[in-house]
Amino acid sequence: MSKTTPVYQTALGPTHPAFKEPIHLTFDITGEKVLKADFAPGQAHRGVEWMGMRRNPIQILYLAERICGICGITHALAFSRACEQIAGIVVPPRAHYIRSICCELERIHSHLLWAGVAAHELGFDSLFYLTWKARERVLDLMEDITGNRIHYAIIQIGGVRRDLDADRIAAIREACGFYESIFGELARCLLDDASIRLRCRDVGVLTAAEALSLSAVGPTARASGVPSDVRADHPYAAYTEIPVDPILPTVRGEGIHGDVYDRIIVRVHEIAQSVQIVRTCLDNLPAGPVLAQPKIAVLLGQLKRAKGEALGMHEAPRGEVAHYVRLDGAEAPASWKVKASSYSNYLSWVPMLVNEQVADIPIIAASIDPCISCTDRVSWTAPGGSGGTLTKEELTRRSVARTREIQAALAAARKEA
Amino acid sequence: MATCPCSAIPWTTLGLDLLAAFGLAFYGIAVGLLFCGVDRVLVARMQSRIGPPVRQPFRDALKLLAKQDLVPANAVSAVFRFAPVAALAAAVSLLFYLPLGGIGAPVFAGRDDAILVLYLLLVPGLAMVVGGFASGSPYASIGAQREMVTMVSYELPLATVILTFAWKLSLLGVEHPFSLSELAAHPVWTTSGPLGIAGAILLLGVMLVVTPGELGRIPFDSPEAETELAGGLLVEYSGRSLALFELAMAVKTVAMCGLMVALFWPGDISSLICWAHPVSRLADFAWFALKSGILMFFGVSLLRAGMARLRITDIVRVYWKWLGAAALLGLALIALDAHLRLG
Repeated sequence: MSKTTPVYQTALGPTHPAFKEPIHLTFDITGEKVLKADFAPGQAHRGVEWMGMRRNPIQILYLAERICGICGITHALAFSRACEQIAGIVVPPRAHYIRSICCELERIHSHLLWAGVAAHELGFDSLFYLTWKARERVLDLMEDITGNRIHYAIIQIGGVRRDLDADRIAAIREACGFYESIFGELARCLLDDASIRLRCRDVGVLTAAEALSLSAVGPTARASGVPSDVRADHPYAAYTEIPVDPILPTVRGEGIHGDVYDRIIVRVHEIAQSVQIVRTCLDNLPAGPVLAQPKIAVLLGQLKRAKGEALGMHEAPRGEVAHYVRLDGAEAPASWKVKASSYSNYLSWVPMLVNEQVADIPIIAASIDPCISCTDRVSWTAPGGSGGTLTKEELTRRSVARTREIQAALAAARKEA
Repeated sequence: MATCPCSAIPWTTLGLDLLAAFGLAFYGIAVGLLFCGVDRVLVARMQSRIGPPVRQPFRDALKLLAKQDLVPANAVSAVFRFAPVAALAAAVSLLFYLPLGGIGAPVFAGRDDAILVLYLLLVPGLAMVVGGFASGSPYASIGAQREMVTMVSYELPLATVILTFAWKLSLLGVEHPFSLSELAAHPVWTTSGPLGIAGAILLLGVMLVVTPGELGRIPFDSPEAETELAGGLLVEYSGRSLALFELAMAVKTVAMCGLMVALFWPGDISSLICWAHPVSRLADFAWFALKSGILMFFGVSLLRAGMARLRITDIVRVYWKWLGAAALLGLALIALDAHLRLG
């Protein structure tokens, strides 16, 4: 590139056909090459935590499920795990297994959804329709098990709300058989296709060192060769008894490139792994109750008396999700903080996008499977249309100012009295 | 005594030409939109969808034509508005030079030069480039740059195919080897040996892959690239102007398929089956449309359903390296065959 080549500032988003949710990516480009990349989240904030801190933990479960439109289990499970630790609730073994089964079924549906979106970003719409058609099977199964396609409402603090009967178990086995039967074709379509390989190999590379230093999680980290997986690192639910080996791109017998193609490999093979885990769970499904405390009023009383703090973690389809909860012996939690998986992965975009072509921006952006509604936690709109995302410093400054304001008002009231 | 210059103009011929021109414009638009509809249904079926009704593109075009035409504040208004008109005009005029089955010789018979057709094929793309640059949007500018590169890329294999055929005709002693009617009258299949036929099959493959590039379809739709550039070249176009571009692309689809039919699959069905005269004309016309449609399936629908969008660098590589090489190999095979047969 000569020095005279003009550099243009261009943006993708906040609304753009490549993104299913609002996010703002800004670029310095010259010709078709990206010189600098940056992003501005905060366009999809809904104040979910604020709402939660005005509700009791059982109500929060349903709110937490609605943080994400795709991972219905993820946030509810992470939140209830935190509450269970604080209140010392012991989840029955059968519930642990049902939780794991639901988690893995959710992973299958989420990864298939991602594969379809990625194919669409590449302009490969046939693959998009076919993967989504395959995804319908697991959505139907979830509806059969839980009553809903998404937002399953199956997690309860201390267990699960619905048991699996013999018919449902047979239905799950059938669905497992279906996914095992199509896996070869799925892998062939997504991994052996020449045009996909051409578009994804050595595109959007994230090295293992970068993944570690930017704290990438989930398939994004694993595709770069970092074997991190909450299911293996901090086992919970049935994963304490069913070991999970993190899937790395080496599963296909190729080296680790840390590119978009590796991210496809990891996700496609995780579908097979999830099917296997579901089968193992069904084979070893213990008998017994599915709830530690079936009476909700009693459970709520237990939670109201509980004091303490905990971090509930879960390996969501996109990677580690963490809910920090503090209960202070009151109806509503004193604190609830959600760390979504995409929050940890956004920063990986920057090294991935630099020096790539404009044409690769959508697939690279999609390759971390960003969930924007999960991630956007703090943003604000001022009267008159201006707004933005608040930094931690600004938030602290504002809250201190607000406290001073209240103190001054109270002092003035005391003087008057 | 000075004669009136008007009397020198052959009014009857001019009138007939005008009639034919309007007729062909309507034919091109109608068949083009029909092809779009068929393509959408075929692709939908390959993607296990039902797809829209075949008449959907007609409805879309009518609706767009009735809609307001928005011109961005920072666009070069006159150029922005003129580009779609130029695109459609060039696409329609392509049809005048093509031997469309049934109506016999092209409307401009005797002037039906293959090189002229190559130039005219470029004009709708150029109009889109000009319109894209004039629309004042960075997405459209990137799209326009990509369109220019794409045009430069597919021109090499396309020109090689045309030149091979013309050269072959010149060997056969045809007076106007670049005339499309002559090309259609001397199909390569009947004048070549096995080597030449192998070469011609290769060239047919090249033409089929050039087609989506000409028409801005996946895998060569990077100038429009919905998920990257939100429509690229066409991002700022709306209403009538967008409709004109879409009609131009529909007509260009007919022209591109018509060119392939003339080169690779000429011949009227009435020469095989005996019909009464007016019926045979209609049958030839329908046969021509059917052949075009079949070629469109392979050149547009099948590729579009089976591939991802290529990056602009890959487009250049595919067209120059792979298709350029394939076209030259086809040329070499046909040359070798002609050499062996004609001594």
